[in-house]
Order: sequence, then C-alpha cells, then structure tokens
Amino acid sequence: MPSRRDSRVWAELIRQWSSLHPEFTFLPRKFKIAVTGSPHDRTAVKFHDIGLILKHDEDGNLGFEVLVGGGLGRTPMIGRTVREFLPQQYLLSYLEAILRVYNQLGRRDNKYKARIKILVHETGIDALREMVEEEWSHVKEEGVDLPFAEVDRVRSHFTDPTYDVLPDHDHSFAVKQFEDPMFGRWVRANLAPHKMPGYVIANVSLKPIGGAPGDVTAAQMEAVADLADKYSLGEIRVAHEQNLVLADVKMSDAYSLWKKLDEVQLGTPNLGLISDIIACPGLDYCALANARSIPVAQRLQRRFADFSRQFDIGELTLNISGCINACGHHHAGHIGILGVDRRGEEYYQLTLGGSADENASIGKIVGPAFSNAEIVDAVETVIDTYLSIRANGEAFIDTYRRTGEEPFKIALFGEKQNVAA
Amino acid sequence: MSLLKAGKIITDTWTRIEDDQEFAEAGAVIVSLECWLNESESLRKPRNEPIGVSLRNDQSPSQIIDDLEAISLIQLDFPAYTDGRAYSAARLLRQRYGFKGEIRAAGNVLRDQYPLMLRCGFDAFIVNEGIDLAGWQTSVEAMDTPYHLPK
Repeated sequence: MPSRRDSRVWAELIRQWSSLHPEFTFLPRKFKIAVTGSPHDRTAVKFHDIGLILKHDEDGNLGFEVLVGGGLGRTPMIGRTVREFLPQQYLLSYLEAILRVYNQLGRRDNKYKARIKILVHETGIDALREMVEEEWSHVKEEGVDLPFAEVDRVRSHFTDPTYDVLPDHDHSFAVKQFEDPMFGRWVRANLAPHKMPGYVIANVSLKPIGGAPGDVTAAQMEAVADLADKYSLGEIRVAHEQNLVLADVKMSDAYSLWKKLDEVQLGTPNLGLISDIIACPGLDYCALANARSIPVAQRLQRRFADFSRQFDIGELTLNISGCINACGHHHAGHIGILGVDRRGEEYYQLTLGGSADENASIGKIVGPAFSNAEIVDAVETVIDTYLSIRANGEAFIDTYRRTGEEPFKIALFGEKQNVAA
Repeated sequence: MSLLKAGKIITDTWTRIEDDQEFAEAGAVIVSLECWLNESESLRKPRNEPIGVSLRNDQSPSQIIDDLEAISLIQLDFPAYTDGRAYSAARLLRQRYGFKGEIRAAGNVLRDQYPLMLRCGFDAFIVNEGIDLAGWQTSVEAMDTPYHLPK
C-alpha cells in the first residue's frame, strides 16, 4: 500500500468521484474539499467544508484526519475533526457518508444557513459524527471504495518529472545574492526549499507595490508561460494567496529567472510579507461589495513600500474583503480588513489574530470601524505596536497570541475608549 | 401529467389518494407515509390491491424498511430540481434496503436530471405532457461512462 503523502492523487480521485455524482449534484449549497499532504498546511484545510489531512498512524499506515464544517463568509467557522484517522482505502466511502448525511439533513429553508458548517454547529460535532459513522458502516460495505489497482493507476499520472542530478549548492546562486541585494531579498522571501538537491520552488508575487493584488496582464502571463517552459518544466501553479508558483527551478537558473520576472514587474520580493495582500475585487468591480478593497490595498502597500521595513516586520498576512461574504478571507488574515457601509460611506473594520494554516484561528474585531481616511494609519499603529512589544524574533501572530488584543486596542483607541468598550 | 417508464409514455394505473379521501373498492393506490403508518393493517388486508407510499423529501425511507414486502411502489418528491434529497432516498431504497418495486419521481422532474435519477434507482417519472422523448433519451446517452453506480 502506498505510503507517500501525495495530496494530488487524492484530489484527482475526489474530482472523478464527485463529478456529476448523481446523488450529490443538488446539495443544499456549495461544497469545497481541501487535501493537504504537509504538516504545515498551505491549503486552508480548516476553512473548507471537508478538510483532509494526510497522515500516518502509529503503524505507518497512510490515512486522513477528516475535518468537517469549516468555512469563512458571513459565519466563519473552523472545521471540526469528525475522524482522527481514516485508512486511505476508505476515503470515498467516508466522503459519501458525510455527503449523504448533509444531503438529507442540511437546511434548505435559508441559503445563509445551508452550508454544512451550520449543520455541524446546530447538530453538534458528536451527534454528527455518530450519524456519519453509522452511515459509513453501511457505505463501506457497498462497493464505493476503489480497488488499489485503480488508485495506483491514477497515482501513475503523478510521477515526478525527470530531475537533473545537481549538487546541493550553487556558487553563482550564493554570490548573486550578495551582489544584487534585491535578488537577495527575493531569494529570502519568495524561494522555498525543494526536495531535490540543486532545485528551489519560486513563488512569483502578483503584488507589486501599488498594483491591484493578484492582477496580471496578458503580456505578463505570456512572459510567465515562457519562463515556466524555460526554467520550470513547463508548469505554473496558482496559489490561493493570489500568487503563482514555479515549482521546479534550478538554483543556477534562479538569478536569470528573477531578472526576467523583474523586467515584466513580477520580481517583487514580498512573499508572505505585509505587502503580499490578499484582496477581493471590492466595490470597484463587485455588485455585492460595500466598500472598495483594491485602493486600500494599494495605499497600504505604498505606506509599507520600504523593503527593509517589510523584512523587519516579517511574516504577516493582511487580507481585505469588501463585504461580509469574505472573498478576501479577512477572517483568516493575521490582520484582516472588512469593508462596511455606514450611511453611504465606506468604513473598514479591523480584525486581528486570524490564521489560515494548521493553527487556524478566526480574527477578532478590534473596536469600532475606521473611515477610509483612517484605515491605513490604524494598520500602521497595529504594526508599530507589534514592533514595540515583540520578543526577539517573534512573528506578529505569535506576539498577538501571547499578548492578546489589549495592547493593540490601547494603541488604537486609548485607555478610556477601551474601558468603555 | 404523463408517466414515463422504460423510455415510453404509458398509462398510469395508480391513483393518488389524499389523506381525507375515501378509497375506491378496487385499484392500486398511492398514499402518504402518515396514512401508511396509521392505517397499514386496514390498507393491506381487506383490499388486497397494490399499495404505493409517497414520501416527502424530509421523510426518511428508513421509516418503512420493515414494510417493503408489502409496498409495490414508492413515490419520491422533488419540490424543485435543486433539492437533491430524493436521490439519497432512492439510492438507500435500492442499494441498502433492496427494494424491488417501482420508484417514482414526482414534482420538478426535468430532462437534465433524468439520467441522474435513473442512476440512483428511479424507474418511473411523472413528467409534463408532450415532452420530447427523443431528447430525454439523448440526455441519458450524453454521459456514457459514469464514474459511479452502474446504470
């Protein structure tokens, strides 16, 4: 039985199983499943209707921790564990059991209460688990699960590319980082280690300072496509943070790649930093929005444009949604901004402490909303407060978790306001 | 309305009896779940005619699993095609409870959903009059390799 934690294989099997599934094509509402193969979650697995975390049990067997009922939107919830360990061979029958329970019992009277997170909340995770397990005890005998041969057949489509055998280090790669400080920054922020020696993973930031987060022009996309062919085995991936990933870049090519990205304004060294903002289209484009998102993101990027300052602030997620539907995932940002309409004027509510990784948390609203004119200063106050109280090397989210919202509230609203609130 | 079965429009020999309605002496009837649960003895013995039970989509077929030998038809309701509860009910009846009688789809039964219903075990469909039968058949053939249940 395979023991590698490759989420792609399972995602593909789930895609095939769920496509035009006759029983589950008309669920109470939309339904999203995430699969993660890494202990450091980058899929926001706890904010999906079903979250699947690949893991091994004590005997080394591969399986999943199964979470259910996560989501953002107007009712943010963190997924709850419905099963600690599901052996891999039962994945489809278990999903079928969850969906059958949801199809039958999910609310259809009110579309805002129809997602499975509401069913989990109203039923309780323990009662829901009992129903799912009871259903599964039958489904798993009914032939839904795939034979290993079929899983292997699908797995055979996810073989590794042919990598060159390379040394662990590349001299020019090391030298260029000293010679060209912007490249050095890009390496530090945008590159991630690769499992193969001599390779790196390059994240292409679509967050140039003062640009619309996530926007890319046709000419830029053509350039990325050419660069992917030249430097990364012809494959481009899209990340939910609104950036692109070139997954298989040789260290020795990294500098050339970056130079060419920089020529088309895609070389910004800010991945995971404060200017790597997730923003929805907001009122500029969206009929649902209450406030603009993009101009706020642009003003914030300009305020924090200095890269030395960004690196000093360190790892931080800042997410902006123009309305309560939360397309900008503001609940899950270390700093979140939610646009609201107050008597025809754009206001922005600030949330702190959200996180979309394996330690998922929902940001907490701090105080009354800020006007369009005030919101950038408010974020800067939060950042300055963090810089003044952080322990050595402590990231923003860790400081927030240590101190709570208090010091930030005081800095934003003063002692008095705080007592009154 | 017309009754579609095995690809053809046929005459419906069943009569739907409302809860406050009297039974005719003879003939196959479809009654509500409430009626069945309350009066199943009197429905079964003296009349000795086929009985069908109609389930609303918030009623679970698990309520009649002990009675399936005595029931010849189960009607499941689609108040709107977007409400998929009856698919689960049909699958449970066929696959888990082994129901061999007719499973009839009523309500908002449309051509696009017809192949999905067939694959969940429905075998009779109350449809609008004058439907394009050839078109309905085309929708069944549109997907010739389902990932899921056999046809």
